Amino acid sequence: MGNDSQTTSQAGGLWGWINARFPLDSMLKEHVTEYYAPKNFNYWYVFGVLSLVVLVIQLVSGIFLTMNYKPAAADAFASVEYIMRDVEWGWLIRYMHSTGASAFFIVVYLHMFRALMYGSYRAPRELLWIFGMLIYLCLMAEAFMGYLLPWGNMSYWGAQVIVSLFGTIPVIGDSLSEWIKGDYFISDITLNRFFALHVIAIPLILVFLVVAHILALHEVGSNNPDGVEIKKHKDANGRPLDGVAFHPYMTIKDLWGISVFLMIYCGIIFFAPTFGGLFLEAPNFDPANPMQTPPHIAPVWYFTPFYAMLRAVPSFAGTQVWGVLVMFGAIALLFFLPWLDKSPVKSIRYKGPITKFALALFAVSFVVLAYCGMKPPSTTLLLTSRIFTVVYFAFFLLMPWYSRIDAVKAVPERVTYNAH
Amino acid sequence: MLTKTFARALAALAIALPLLAQANEGASLPPAGNDIRNEASLQRGARNFMNYCSGCHSAKYIRYNRVAADLHIGESELKQNLMFTSEKPADTIASAMPAADAKKWFGVVPPDLSLIARSRGTAYLSAFLHGFYRDPSRPTGVNNTMLPGTAMPHVLNALQGVQTAVFKTENGKSEFEKFELTDKGSLTPAQYDDFVRDTVNFLDYVGEPVQAKRQDLGIWVTLFLMLFGAFSYLLYKDYWRDVH
Repeated sequence: MGNDSQTTSQAGGLWGWINARFPLDSMLKEHVTEYYAPKNFNYWYVFGVLSLVVLVIQLVSGIFLTMNYKPAAADAFASVEYIMRDVEWGWLIRYMHSTGASAFFIVVYLHMFRALMYGSYRAPRELLWIFGMLIYLCLMAEAFMGYLLPWGNMSYWGAQVIVSLFGTIPVIGDSLSEWIKGDYFISDITLNRFFALHVIAIPLILVFLVVAHILALHEVGSNNPDGVEIKKHKDANGRPLDGVAFHPYMTIKDLWGISVFLMIYCGIIFFAPTFGGLFLEAPNFDPANPMQTPPHIAPVWYFTPFYAMLRAVPSFAGTQVWGVLVMFGAIALLFFLPWLDKSPVKSIRYKGPITKFALALFAVSFVVLAYCGMKPPSTTLLLTSRIFTVVYFAFFLLMPWYSRIDAVKAVPERVTYNAH
Repeated sequence: MLTKTFARALAALAIALPLLAQANEGASLPPAGNDIRNEASLQRGARNFMNYCSGCHSAKYIRYNRVAADLHIGESELKQNLMFTSEKPADTIASAMPAADAKKWFGVVPPDLSLIARSRGTAYLSAFLHGFYRDPSRPTGVNNTMLPGTAMPHVLNALQGVQTAVFKTENGKSEFEKFELTDKGSLTPAQYDDFVRDTVNFLDYVGEPVQAKRQDLGIWVTLFLMLFGAFSYLLYKDYWRDVH
């Protein structure tokens, strides 16, 4: 690499001038033209780049929304309708942002599931996984605070419910939830600070973490559906035999993936922007009203698995904090995944029937819990939520045992790939 | 194999979830049957709204001239036939009734109707406008099956006539069964259905004035993306020919 930058710095013209002062050429080589990705990537590997695409969509549409949005309790709701009706293309910008929020969680959940399937969190990719999990946490905070901004009635009561979770913590709970709100109830002050956090603080951390995530990825190299390290077999020039240059091969392939994504994303924006009340909830078209709760308060779909867990846990010893602990525990457990999986192989392709069954059951439990969390409480749903909360936790907590005893298939030395 | 099964399951879920959500909201209500592309219906709905609704209800997020432009209503016609609560076409639709008076007369300020079709749904609005029945125990003399105890009087009384609700008792619980038209109004039931459909249609339009344009544009966006997708696929296949 050192040699390369020296040769380019001797090159003339603007390119040479820049590279004598800034490592543009060597950076492009390291991260784009000479970053080698396994050639056996399947379509599951498109969700990383799609997350990046959605991040850019959210940042850009968010900037334009900020130009017309007013972060004040008295004006917020009307300013959103002003954007929807009077601002040129405002409706498109707003739908891009609201659909983008759900799209972000869809692609991130699929991206995480890909990592679960192919063992992408295993050594040496633990930090890569942890950066990814921190991104997920930021995304949840970002979505939660962004949801308050339209100042609809569901915004208001959703925020009320989630902030009150912190109030269940013994001793400090009440002061903590007051500190978050900056008031005794969700008010103009809360809206103002959530706006500040949503448009600058968290996006800043998010972008920093995304850079760290990609740097970590490029340091250790991408995993692949076979879970074998392509760096083990290199040619005379030190290039992985089973790798292809990120540009042009992966960029071209991703372009195809992005166009499919855009078809679905734009299909929703133009033909079903509320997505049947899942992406934009009907009660949120009523302005915030502290005197009147919506008939049924539920968070947006991407939080509902955890909301179902919260409701599934009964209060005990005079406090409801257990449900909150379970809910946060469900997310915290994911951080420990690299150390819970004791299987000698990484990819689901070579893991045994127990692991395959466990993973399938985990996926089912996530979806079922998401459904339970959306619906008004009932005894059947409560029982279902309890069963699948146990399943969700069992997937992680029993992993050290079942991953060790499960049968495994022989992992090939090189990746499996069928040429086009 | 496993990957494909998961992919299929997820795809099925992506389709099923919104349908489930829709099925659960307003499961028993018949659809309003309105069509936002029927301009004549929207114009009649605008007339109905201005004559019967805007006396008490505002639609404060929509401007008169936006309605006129979208529904192809000329300015003189707009001013003569539709603008009762304001002078300037660029104004938003205000209610003719001062809020303080409304509070005094009805106990509540009638809600703004700009987004009512989005928050309640068109099926609900249609059912609500069909749901008034005689109830001497109420101060207005009427009640509503969709919103029991509503403060709203039956302003369409002269058009629809007066309905009596028939309740049946099942397991000790009184349940609504059907309406009987006891006093005829100036419209036949079929004409009243049309009247409600036009009004709900206008409210649907007011909830999101851009919706027809949005869908029209969406077709072009989809066509472009299909073309873009086809070329990006061919490009991908071409580049990857030399990967062995």
